[in-house]
Amino acid sequence: MKILAIGLNHRTADVEIRERLAFNGSMVEEGIFGLKKLSEVKEVALLSTCNRVEIYSHVDTATASAVEGIKNFISAFHGIQRDVFEKSLYIRAGSDAIRHILMVASSLDSMVVGEPQILGQFKEAFDFALTKKTTGVLLNRLMRKAISTAKRVRTETRIAENAVSVGFAAVELAKKIFGGLSGKSCMLLGAGEMAELTARCIVRSGAKDVVVVNRTYERCCELAEKFGGRPARFEDFLQEIVHMDIIICSTGAPDYVLNKEEMKAVMKKRRHKPVFIIDISVPRNIDPKINRIGNVYLYDIDDLQGVADSNLFERKKEVEKAERIVDEEVEKFIKWVPSLNSVPVIVEMRQKAERIKEKEIRKFRNKFPDLDGEKMRSVQQMATSIINELLHPPTVALKEEVVDRDELVSVIQRLYGLNGHENGK
Amino acid sequence: MEDILFKLAFVLYFIAAIMGICGILKGGKGSSKIIHLFVGSGFLMHTANIVYRYIAMGHLPAVGMHEASSFFAWCIVLLFFFLKYRYQIGIMGSFILPIVSILMLIALISPGEMRPLSPILQDYWLEVHTLLAFLSYAAFAVAFGIGIMYLIQEYYLKSRHPRELFQRLPSLQVLDEINYRLIVIGFPLFTLAIIAGAIGAEAAWGAYWRWDPKEILALIIWGVYALALFVRLAIGWKGRKIAALSIAGFSTVLFAFFGADLFLKSIHTFS
Repeated sequence: MKILAIGLNHRTADVEIRERLAFNGSMVEEGIFGLKKLSEVKEVALLSTCNRVEIYSHVDTATASAVEGIKNFISAFHGIQRDVFEKSLYIRAGSDAIRHILMVASSLDSMVVGEPQILGQFKEAFDFALTKKTTGVLLNRLMRKAISTAKRVRTETRIAENAVSVGFAAVELAKKIFGGLSGKSCMLLGAGEMAELTARCIVRSGAKDVVVVNRTYERCCELAEKFGGRPARFEDFLQEIVHMDIIICSTGAPDYVLNKEEMKAVMKKRRHKPVFIIDISVPRNIDPKINRIGNVYLYDIDDLQGVADSNLFERKKEVEKAERIVDEEVEKFIKWVPSLNSVPVIVEMRQKAERIKEKEIRKFRNKFPDLDGEKMRSVQQMATSIINELLHPPTVALKEEVVDRDELVSVIQRLYGLNGHENGK
Repeated sequence: MEDILFKLAFVLYFIAAIMGICGILKGGKGSSKIIHLFVGSGFLMHTANIVYRYIAMGHLPAVGMHEASSFFAWCIVLLFFFLKYRYQIGIMGSFILPIVSILMLIALISPGEMRPLSPILQDYWLEVHTLLAFLSYAAFAVAFGIGIMYLIQEYYLKSRHPRELFQRLPSLQVLDEINYRLIVIGFPLFTLAIIAGAIGAEAAWGAYWRWDPKEILALIIWGVYALALFVRLAIGWKGRKIAALSIAGFSTVLFAFFGADLFLKSIHTFS
């Protein structure tokens, strides 16, 4: 029995690959059923956001063959050659996978650590798998564990403040450049959790005239509606930024979408009106040299985090604290999994004992047919007690964590003469 | 009596300036209220001193280095209070009061006896010229302080690692706007001062313009601020370049004010 987490995120894949591998809309359902049909996969859940695509599964074959199966499925489903995306994939198995899933849900793997949206997306993905019945005991338990861990991280550490304060820092900086934000125009270039969060902070502080630019026009309109702004085409964005005061960029393109020369021309056209550019993309989408142009203030996400929390050490401490919580929860989960693993042996052991008890009591009743009901019940009770007393230590031993559980299981099978099928492998 | 008023005013300004500078060094944490209290009481005494001198001599007390520096400082403080009530920027004192204190110090070490104005300069136009020139200089001095504040704030924003002082400094937009307004006020005043001076000079020496070193310096000052206004209005330059121009402009003002007396042979000195 193995838990597998296969996926790619903003660090391992650029937006092009992320977009091509994303499961949008009805593709989630098709994808999840397709994966469930794979012979290697017993349970499966699918998480697809703008920053990551991840497949969580419970497989009952060797890791390698399950990974092959899933890779082939992705390739066939999206119609992409395997070598295009293979190097962007990370593959985690067993406790690594459990840890990864808990980290993702707790927003410790996010671009901006502590950003709140990922937990919602995670819950949604889990609920979807639950309603489609593609998950079972193990993944359900793991998903619930991930959600409760995320909640623990949120209440016991201050990492959630980090994301909020990044948006807040952007507003503070904008105020120091423009005096006030009311009536300022704001462009959202690209999409992404943190970009949207920052844009929302800025709009809430009074910015008007929101323009949303995106490579996919459909997504663009959707976002524009969300912010009460208007959509614009990606091709027109150089013309648009002439009129913008604040630009939030998160396109995830593999290289710069705006270079120094272009920006210089833009500044001339806007008569050197100050402009505040926030580059949230990984890798950077805006040439850092732009900051050297007069009246251009360029901040990337690390700068914003630095402003938000000038005490970097404090933030690192909170992340470490959060990781410790995750590790604790991973351990708890790992402890629980084998108890699930040994349940069949315990059940079998008890069933065998029950059968022996029933048989012996039947014999006893034949020997003493005129025994009254009360005495008969006492005898039955005694037999049950003996079984319980005898089976208690091995049951506890099986539920406890031991170094070599499989060996213990097989020893018990041999000692009790249980029909030695392998449990849960 | 008026001398004690002046010295008290100097001490109060000086304390306020020191407190202001300490405030900057501490990251802008100092209380601006106490500073303003000191400057306010200093200003009252300073005003009394100037009014006394005006009444005693019957002309604007700007004769000799003592009076000139003192009056220059007084104009700056006047403008400072005006801006303080208009824009509510507590930290501004930290950047302007040092200039005031230095001017007051120069006034303190210059001989302070009241001297009659030479009859040749007793002219209505020259008095207007003096008043306008000092007011425009005050505007340029404050623009200089605001320009420095702008450059510091801009440095913080550009460095992407703003310090504590960043929080106390006003926004670039506000600083740029104040700087612009000061130049917009100072430049016409200065232009009128030159015109009034030319008319007065014609009456005193029989020539409007004589290419005296100080007149040439005045022309340079005029040119710097004219340039600042031109690039702003025509090309749209904002921010750092304008702040730098207002700093350059005020440096020329200082040179014209003191340098002409010290290094250049000019008929147009205060002494």
